[in-house]
Amino acid sequence: MALRTPLYDTHVKAGARLVEFAGWEMPVQYQSILAEHEAVRTRVGLFDVSHMGEVVFRGPRALESLNRLFTNDLSRIADGQAQYGCLCRETGGIVDDVVVYRRAADDLLVCVNAANRTKDHEWLAGHAGGADVRNESDAWAQLAVQGPLAAQLLQRLTNVNLSALRSFRFANGEVGGVPSMVARTGYTGEDGFELFCPPSDAARLWAELMEAGKHERLQPAGLGARDSLRLEMAYRLYGSDMDDGTTPLEAGLGWVVKLDKGDFVGRDALVRQKQQGLARKLVGFLLTDAGIPRHGYPVLQDGRRVGEVTSGTRSPSLGTSIGLAYVPAALAAEGSTFAVEIRGRLAAAKAVKTPFYTRK
Amino acid sequence: MNFPEDIRYTREHEWARRKGGSVVVGITEFAQDQLGDVVYVELPDVGDPVKKGESFGVVESTKAVSELFAPVTGKVVEVNDPLSDAPETINEDPYEEGWLIAIEPSDPEELEELMDAKGYQEFIAEQE
Repeated sequence: MALRTPLYDTHVKAGARLVEFAGWEMPVQYQSILAEHEAVRTRVGLFDVSHMGEVVFRGPRALESLNRLFTNDLSRIADGQAQYGCLCRETGGIVDDVVVYRRAADDLLVCVNAANRTKDHEWLAGHAGGADVRNESDAWAQLAVQGPLAAQLLQRLTNVNLSALRSFRFANGEVGGVPSMVARTGYTGEDGFELFCPPSDAARLWAELMEAGKHERLQPAGLGARDSLRLEMAYRLYGSDMDDGTTPLEAGLGWVVKLDKGDFVGRDALVRQKQQGLARKLVGFLLTDAGIPRHGYPVLQDGRRVGEVTSGTRSPSLGTSIGLAYVPAALAAEGSTFAVEIRGRLAAAKAVKTPFYTRK
Repeated sequence: MNFPEDIRYTREHEWARRKGGSVVVGITEFAQDQLGDVVYVELPDVGDPVKKGESFGVVESTKAVSELFAPVTGKVVEVNDPLSDAPETINEDPYEEGWLIAIEPSDPEELEELMDAKGYQEFIAEQE
């Protein structure tokens, strides 16, 4: 039996098509993935992301303990700021990629992927280092308001001064009368906000946003658009582009690995890997022949299998076929060419700079 | 949802319509709705043989790849080339402008083995 978010009935009433994702019954689309994608790129879209989990670190050792489990550096951000990074195993393999919201040095909220709620909590609690670690996933609903008109719409509903809330900052306030943590974060590449609220208020918050959003033609958007939007930005998806067997360096997330910050779990393995050089790397590519790359398709070079596609789609914004693939480091440079095998046929591909899409 | 009476239907959600000596093939309104926005099609060339029940191409939406299965055995005599630039036609007009290929059937009677509109509607109802 799949889990349901507090907005399940809202989605059914809105005519959403529901699919199972990471054990959750979630809307994949309401009308059309392409229309929802475009709405987020040009106006504003509303996503239910309540399936995401929240693990909270509290106590005098919270910051220090979490920082020892996190590849980025939480000592470099102030209270009220968020930071993206990875949780790694001793091997350097990625437990999850997460956003940490630093409410205070003794109170940090870790937003984790839906599929990893239990795994992450067990991992974090098992390495708590004296912090009080709790899985509070069931205590939060999450709505994402994303798009160039998101701030304009949201400002009419909230007492949080959004013009003072820069990217990766958050503040507590009310939205449409609902107590919320308002964060200027997202997974679409557009300006936007993620609203954390009590599950019992989620349906009311959704309704308030939809009502106020008539002015901007706010579009409910499902996981289909969420996936095509994130892939145009080359944002990695845990479980597809990386997992416990890949390191942040291989996944192209070296920019959130701070090897000079002091010790953290996985650091030794990552230092070693960096010294030895990477055997494979995640690279963004465009298909220059016809076809659409998909997760699992082989990557070939001179007729030999050398890698694998981890994500791929037809980019709705660009009209081209884009993807991410693990390839030997020698093929990861911009402009390198290789082939993707699509149903037994070879399609030419070229490594390109990411993101694929640049915000207008 | 629309189920034209003048066509036959497969269990894989293709439709087939007799037109002169050939059989025009497409996917049903139900199929395109399940698939979502079609963003890519891969069709055979004119002259290629196709075999009843076997794959002759694919349609892809943003999320998914769906194989196309031939409703009858024969030879491809026409391909709806404009679909490669406008695959959304399959969503907009699945029974007319969104047709995929025309087949010259080896056995013209084979078409009669497929479901009629009523049979297909019952088939879909059972699936849901």
